[in-house]
Amino acid sequence: MLSVQIRKQFRSNARQRFLLDITATFAPGFTVLFGPSGAGKSTLLDCIAGLQQPDSGEIRLGEESFFDAAGALSLPPQRRELAYVFQSLALFPHLSVEQNIRYGLDKLTLPEQTERSNSIARTFRIGNLLTRRPTELSGGEKQRVALARSLITRPRVLLLDEPLNGLDSALRRSILEDLRAWYDANRIPILYVTHNREEVDAIGERVVTLANGRVQESGAPGAILDAPRSIELAHAAGFENVLPAIVVEHRSTDGVMRVSLDHAACEIEIPLGDGEPGSEVRVAIRAGDILIATQAPHFLSARNILPGIVESLETRGAMVAIRVKAGAIFQVHVTPGAVRALDLSPGLLVWLVIKTHSCHLVR
Amino acid sequence: MNAEALFLSLRLAATVSFLLLVLALPLAYGLAFSTWRGKFLVESVVALPLVLPPTVLGFYALVAMGPRGPLGKIWQSLFGHSLAFTFAGLVLASMLYSLPFAVQPLVASFESLDRRLLDASAVLGANRARTFLRVIVPLAWPGVLTALVLSFAHTLGEFGVVLMVGGNLPGITRTVSIDIYDRVQALDYAAARQTALLLLLVSFVVLAIVYGVNRRVWSPWPAK
Repeated sequence: MLSVQIRKQFRSNARQRFLLDITATFAPGFTVLFGPSGAGKSTLLDCIAGLQQPDSGEIRLGEESFFDAAGALSLPPQRRELAYVFQSLALFPHLSVEQNIRYGLDKLTLPEQTERSNSIARTFRIGNLLTRRPTELSGGEKQRVALARSLITRPRVLLLDEPLNGLDSALRRSILEDLRAWYDANRIPILYVTHNREEVDAIGERVVTLANGRVQESGAPGAILDAPRSIELAHAAGFENVLPAIVVEHRSTDGVMRVSLDHAACEIEIPLGDGEPGSEVRVAIRAGDILIATQAPHFLSARNILPGIVESLETRGAMVAIRVKAGAIFQVHVTPGAVRALDLSPGLLVWLVIKTHSCHLVR
Repeated sequence: MNAEALFLSLRLAATVSFLLLVLALPLAYGLAFSTWRGKFLVESVVALPLVLPPTVLGFYALVAMGPRGPLGKIWQSLFGHSLAFTFAGLVLASMLYSLPFAVQPLVASFESLDRRLLDASAVLGANRARTFLRVIVPLAWPGVLTALVLSFAHTLGEFGVVLMVGGNLPGITRTVSIDIYDRVQALDYAAARQTALLLLLVSFVVLAIVYGVNRRVWSPWPAK
């Protein structure tokens, strides 16, 4: 069990300040650290690794103290015996793959080094790359080598800072499977920083969300990321629509409340939450959770049906982002096929269909 | 051409550039990676020989090495003879004179290294010495080569400091630049021309090597 309770103040100038203030514990298993960039995720990992010093607090692994401001103790990174895979991977460019992965084993005998390097090369399927230089590797191969180099030391904690950034999802899944296989034999706390929702779903047993240097929430990924409770997390979790709203009335018996959007331009129904009538709130809706109809829909269970005008369409890969003015401006994601079938174009009158439970109240 | 003077100059330049590298590596490491606030003072002292006239530098070196100077006294008690007007004295003064030429390329190349590589080395259990020898120096080798070659070339061409500290003793302190000066004074232009041309060629080759491996030789202290 890794427990962290630290504060660190950053001053880039007189006005801009950033306070990292984290209290959290990490049990063996995967914990995803999720949050917008600048939330303090990498700084937290650096403090745990001993690469940055907190101003106060303590970091412990079980009974052993890594950092204790009160006792003026800070174990250097060399003696914390943990592994850290950086976002940049930081493979040594002048060493071969084999020299890279053996780098942390200099205190072992040569036969021991060989045995461990063979074993980790099998786990991460890099046996055929050992003589190459890092510049001769593909993105996925580099990531496998970086993982192998870190894990060969048999660390007590594994810190991963977006290690699979920039890989396609098939490659990501395959590397994650190998990492899982390694974890099954080495049950240690693994802190995994990512922005990627797919990775969260693939690995997350537990998510800790950070924003502005603080822990916002922790728990199961679905419960937290599908109902973000702060605006920064809503953006990070992929909610394209975060709309200012005013609570109109509570309907406690139905478990819903009505809010008006954008200076009473339109009203929608959302799940009952905090906020007295008249108070200002924000509503987050995923662009992919909104349906578009070109005729007024009837006989639907969805409670929110808003007429609006298509303002613009923009193709992004396999998806089309549409801006619709329906009182407020809504972002809607549909497939290119849907655009063709409905003959969607700017100026067209459409109806937006939003389920009550696709609307999330954000602080 | 005076072969003795040329040989002396080469021996001096080789000794100075080697000793200077040993001194400059840890100094440059400190300047590149320390977060100490007073660092700029050390940077200024290291850069002083760039702006001071060699005669001023030579003057202070001579006073320090003289029989009543602090360095001279220590040397006298250790070796029983004076430090001024000896080869050793020349080496010490030349090291001072060429110090920025060894330190600055090293600092520049150390500072351009990806810090995450050093972090990775530390997290993998390597102490500072191992990180320095296995990561920093191999990756900063253009800087190391530049430092070595520039301090060699700079020492080879020095004049003012040698004249102040070493005087003009054949085989001991009469270096090639002093020799050229002597020849010109004696109106022996043919010999001066020969030696000067040789020095010109050596300097050009040396600089060509440096610029070939590293194009940032003359960069000032890099901005953070």
